[in-house]
Amino acid sequence: MDATALLDRYERMNVIRRTEKAAHDLFLQGLVKGTTHLAAGQEAIAVGASAALRPDDYVFATYRGHHHALARGATPEECLAELMSRATGLCKAKGGSMHLTKAATGMLGSYAIVGSHLPMAVGAAWSARLRGTEQLAVAFFGDGATNIGAFHESLNLAAVWKLPVLFVCENNLYMEYTPIADVTAVPRPAADRAPAHGIPGEVVDGNDVVAVEEAVGRLARRARAGDGPSVLEAETYRHFGHSRADPAAYRPAEEVERWLKHDPLDLARGRLAELGVGEETVAGADERARAVVERAVEAAKAAPPPDPREALTDVWADGGAAWRT
Amino acid sequence: MADVITYRDAVAEGIAREMRRDASVVCLGEDIAAAGGVFKTTTGLLEEFGPGRVWDTPISEQAIVGAAMGAAMTGMRPVAEIMFSDFLACCWDYLANEIPKVRYMTGGQVTVPLVVRTANGGGLGFGAQHSQATENWALTVPGLKIAAPATPADVVGMLAAAIRSDDPVVFFEHKGLFATKGPPPPPGHVVELGRAAVVREGADVTLVALASTVPLPLKAAGVLAGEGIEAEVVDLRCLVPLDAATVLASLGRTSRLVTVEENPYQGGWGATVVSVVADEGFTLLDAPVRRVAGECVPLPFADSLEEQVIPTVDKIVTEVRRLAAY
Repeated sequence: MDATALLDRYERMNVIRRTEKAAHDLFLQGLVKGTTHLAAGQEAIAVGASAALRPDDYVFATYRGHHHALARGATPEECLAELMSRATGLCKAKGGSMHLTKAATGMLGSYAIVGSHLPMAVGAAWSARLRGTEQLAVAFFGDGATNIGAFHESLNLAAVWKLPVLFVCENNLYMEYTPIADVTAVPRPAADRAPAHGIPGEVVDGNDVVAVEEAVGRLARRARAGDGPSVLEAETYRHFGHSRADPAAYRPAEEVERWLKHDPLDLARGRLAELGVGEETVAGADERARAVVERAVEAAKAAPPPDPREALTDVWADGGAAWRT
Repeated sequence: MADVITYRDAVAEGIAREMRRDASVVCLGEDIAAAGGVFKTTTGLLEEFGPGRVWDTPISEQAIVGAAMGAAMTGMRPVAEIMFSDFLACCWDYLANEIPKVRYMTGGQVTVPLVVRTANGGGLGFGAQHSQATENWALTVPGLKIAAPATPADVVGMLAAAIRSDDPVVFFEHKGLFATKGPPPPPGHVVELGRAAVVREGADVTLVALASTVPLPLKAAGVLAGEGIEAEVVDLRCLVPLDAATVLASLGRTSRLVTVEENPYQGGWGATVVSVVADEGFTLLDAPVRRVAGECVPLPFADSLEEQVIPTVDKIVTEVRRLAAY
């Protein structure tokens, strides 16, 4: 990857990191209700994968999906407005943190029932095949999702129909509060199971945006060539706990320290230096990211709440919610 | 076309008509292709439309309905078969949490035009895990349309409306009706979802029924007519949208109401119909309302036991006589 491309990826990751920090701060200020599942620390997967995809590819994410929505075309302003229950939110304040969706750019949703979206991605890939578009569908999911039935049903169906779908596991070592290794019989919860369904399973450093982009690019080309689905297990770490309620005290201090030193932004900065990109250039990217997110926070704060009448719209395709004729 | 068509053949006919007119309609499900469906309700589809549009799946109900959802979100109109309605429980997450909510929670960004077809109900001695009438499960979930035809012509017409619907539809085909026959539907036959039918007129009591329970009040009405009681029979056809207006209008003519449902009394759709009537039609009533419904037990195996727990003509006649004497 050349310096210009890497600087672009770095700036995108920086925007996501700062948006997550803003979400955290706004929650503490009482401006975000419910909960949030922050993806700070996992930005390289969303940015690297998205950079390797076509704009018309489909992406399905989980309740920890801020980074995917941002990487796939949602702006910090519309994401933060959604979290802050504003009318200008990405989903008109009907979805919230766990359901960020931007269908117009192929970000087909964030789903909060663990693993439920894997079959949807299979269906989107099937649809692409039926329509002959060479589009790809990508399902991003956590390590915890690998132990639900739909994971196996999806891998099998995608394999037997040889569909252009990519299963990207963000293995951040914890299934909510429990180490994934304590509840899983194989060391690589996603990649180790792929061969059992007749498809390749690879492992990548999920904090290295260059490695992720390269791996997703290769598997995407394979899928578009008609060679079927694959599993990519990206090893990563979340900087925060599972959700706002979780201080993550169960994580060993040296583990946290080791992973914080393996930060995706630091890694990218190191690579930029190796490519001869000066510190002032990197600082320029930092400043642009800071300004974008700062403006987004102010704009979201200034946005109005949703019209209460919106509560009774958008159930049906005609825009209404009537269950009687 | 023949003078009569079976309910079973009407299913394949209804799907085929839509597949002919719209290339985005595709089918998926267990044993639906070469086998033609375990109930022979998809016979001929593979032959006419080929494996590119009629797809056999593994026994993976979550993947079937989840994939149908993903395909529906991206430009197709999938028709998914879940073999027995009892198996809807295996993919209940999709019917309760994913499909009906995605439009709402994305602020209207996503449309899910899919149909989940399933064989519903008892009466054939299939035992507790293959005999339930489960339409009341779906009725608890805002965002699903629910269709349950009673006649072959309605099967075709309501399938047309369901497949053309931009909203998700759960389509209950009743196992006990598959062998029944009726007039064939004319070309282009479409029955709008949410339009009940008054299938027998009468001035003394309104019997509201759905799918398998439509023939029962029609037979009961024959018995009752011999006793001087004229029953009006309303076939709801759909639970969502619910045509409460037709029920209330009928009640305006008869002033007495009996609902006839196969699902258990506990949580059944009849309770919803009755509550609407209590809310909006109380002054129309000259007698208490009655619900003939399934007993609140798992479906037993033996015919003699099964008959005890699902609605029968005798049970309906008994309830109407009590009401008429009120």
